[in-house]
Amino acid sequence: MVSAPTIRPQARRKAQPPATPRKRTKSWSLTAITTVMLIYTLLPLAWLFISATKTQDNLLGSFGLWFHGDFALFDNIGRTFTYQNGIYLRWLGNTVFYVVIGAGGATLLSTLAGYGLAKFAFPGRRAVFALILGAVAVPPTALAIPTFLLFAKAGITDTVWAVIIPSLMVPFSLYLMWTFSRDAVPDEILESARVDGAGEFRIFFKLAVPLLSPGLVTALLFNVVVTWNNLFLPLIMLKDRNLFPITLGIYTWNQQAQTVGGDVVFNLVITGSLLAIVPLIAAFLLLQRYWQSGLAVGSVKQ
Amino acid sequence: MELSRRRLLLGAASSLALLAAGCGSSDDSGDDTKAASTTVSDADVEAALQAGGSITVWAWEPTLTKVVADFQTKYPKVKVNLIKNGSGNDQYTALANAIKAGTGVPDLAQIEYFALPQFALGKSVADLNTFGAKSLDGTFTPGPWSSVHSGDKIYGLPMDSGPMALFYNKEVFDKYGIQVPTTWEEYAAAAEKLHTANPKSWITSDSGDAGFTTSMIWQAGGRPYKVDGTDVTINFDDDGTKKWTGLWQGMIDKKLLAPIPGWSDAWYKGLGDGTIATLVIGAWMPPNLESGVKAASGKWRVAPMPQWASGEKVTSENGGSSLAVTEASQSKTLAYGFMKYATVGDGAQSRTDQGAFPATTAQLNAEAFKSKEFPYLGGQKANEVLAEAANQVATGWSYLPFQVYANSVYNDSVGKAYTGGSTLQDGLKAWQDTSTKYGQEQGFTVK
Repeated sequence: MVSAPTIRPQARRKAQPPATPRKRTKSWSLTAITTVMLIYTLLPLAWLFISATKTQDNLLGSFGLWFHGDFALFDNIGRTFTYQNGIYLRWLGNTVFYVVIGAGGATLLSTLAGYGLAKFAFPGRRAVFALILGAVAVPPTALAIPTFLLFAKAGITDTVWAVIIPSLMVPFSLYLMWTFSRDAVPDEILESARVDGAGEFRIFFKLAVPLLSPGLVTALLFNVVVTWNNLFLPLIMLKDRNLFPITLGIYTWNQQAQTVGGDVVFNLVITGSLLAIVPLIAAFLLLQRYWQSGLAVGSVKQ
Repeated sequence: MELSRRRLLLGAASSLALLAAGCGSSDDSGDDTKAASTTVSDADVEAALQAGGSITVWAWEPTLTKVVADFQTKYPKVKVNLIKNGSGNDQYTALANAIKAGTGVPDLAQIEYFALPQFALGKSVADLNTFGAKSLDGTFTPGPWSSVHSGDKIYGLPMDSGPMALFYNKEVFDKYGIQVPTTWEEYAAAAEKLHTANPKSWITSDSGDAGFTTSMIWQAGGRPYKVDGTDVTINFDDDGTKKWTGLWQGMIDKKLLAPIPGWSDAWYKGLGDGTIATLVIGAWMPPNLESGVKAASGKWRVAPMPQWASGEKVTSENGGSSLAVTEASQSKTLAYGFMKYATVGDGAQSRTDQGAFPATTAQLNAEAFKSKEFPYLGGQKANEVLAEAANQVATGWSYLPFQVYANSVYNDSVGKAYTGGSTLQDGLKAWQDTSTKYGQEQGFTVK
């Protein structure tokens, strides 16, 4: 995505830290706080991994943060993929589908809209922007039932559209892209491109998108995480197990422990959860480079 | 966070259902208690099954999978679409949403007894007198059969039942020389003896469970809810309620109840390692022990529910579900045909064989059922105890027509009492006030 930027804004160069080496000051309190945060963040993950190596019996009967009994991780993984005719794989595929279409679409839409709002003056711009800021403040939970009723009227509940369409609207992502566009795309470049006769879409895709790529990846990651973890919306919208995303599927496995005659499969719930976060972690590690630079955009006055 | 989200959703969903309830009942309050007359005969139902068609069933009961397969073999022209998504409150929320939206409503839904009045009063489920369900009198045990009634109307057919019994860990009892309690007084004494001998072991766990509380009050003779159409009385100040709060408050004060939420992983763990020594719970429990607490195989036994006076034989119902035909169904006759097959016909036996606790007298009194030995329960013929419990269920209990909501806010009102921040009796009073207020907002006359 960043292969062909022909013009790099000088302003961004200036924002780089000075090249002269500075003596690093050690701060014990800062180190301590960071260490605590690190442990706080990693402990649940460690628990999840350790628990995934236990059988259902050992899971309940042993200390949570250390290994116990047979190392059943591979057995658990095998059972997770085969339990209930291997529906887990189908759920995983559904989640990937929702993420690619939903989060991908949301990122594209919010980039277009954010750029448009930041770079074009048109009547009602402030009103549109106020509306978006307001929408950021409304929790999706509050809109769930109205959305359901609306979709029921349209006859699209219990279809993939019921999950995808709401996933496409992410006001926060739009707001992010507006900020990025305002700060990372200098008006001068756009003007010179227009003078050279480039069309608006060409300017957007050839000039703005490369400049926006760090922000774009940040928004994409944000949207991916939100869509990947989405439980509430599918819970309301979907009835057909074959359409479930992974979150809802695991949730129903967990619920089995609370129903009469239900099969208690906490070990599969845990292993399924562990497997479900692996792609997310991979996405973060792979896109880390872009993501880090994206975070800093807009934080320095240019 | 998750809880409060669900709470919000549930509140919204049940208010939708009840808005409909308020309207429906004022429209034709005249025939509210009068049952519809039979217009569809058994022969009509059989003809519909032969003609075929397709129905959708929302149910989480695991034994239905086989029932559906058998049913489709017997009636090859009928396609049953069994959808298992969500149990309990998730199911009711989804059902209320679909009914409100007017699309995607299933033909049949599994609804627990405590939730059925809400859907019945909202006219979301159909009166089965149209199909002559009255003729099934005597087919089901009295507890569940009265649970599906509202006046003369019949809103569902019982699928299983949960007469209460005492499940106890014999190994723990033997270790500390505890006799199986037959009265609540003995139960409280056993609780103290056990916890004194081993501070890491409790007689049972309770951190606030509306279903358990109402079942206990039911057995103690309390009748806090009185429902007559849209006229509702809520009163937790009666003698039966006070009997139970007296006992349970004493145990809470002495910290004799493990603060472990039911159905959590900690709960399953506690049932396995002796932390939780007994469960007073519905007769449907054995399969859950077998599946969820494998570690304690052979250790648990079943005994009759402790009594309030020595020699009494009174139990109550805890949990259990019905199947109900939705009013919105376009294939009610077909749906009724499947429902009858699953609850009364071959399905009843099939489900009993798979471990469900039957609500039908034929299955319950069958010799093979009673003499079945449970390897998990040390070879005990547990159904002898449980079948007897089913015949001893106290009569006259009713749930609120907005019990789903009431139960969802139970811990807001009464929860503090379990940690010593309040008393059970005060908590129940607060619960009564919250429920009353909600009922009035929904258009009920609540006193």
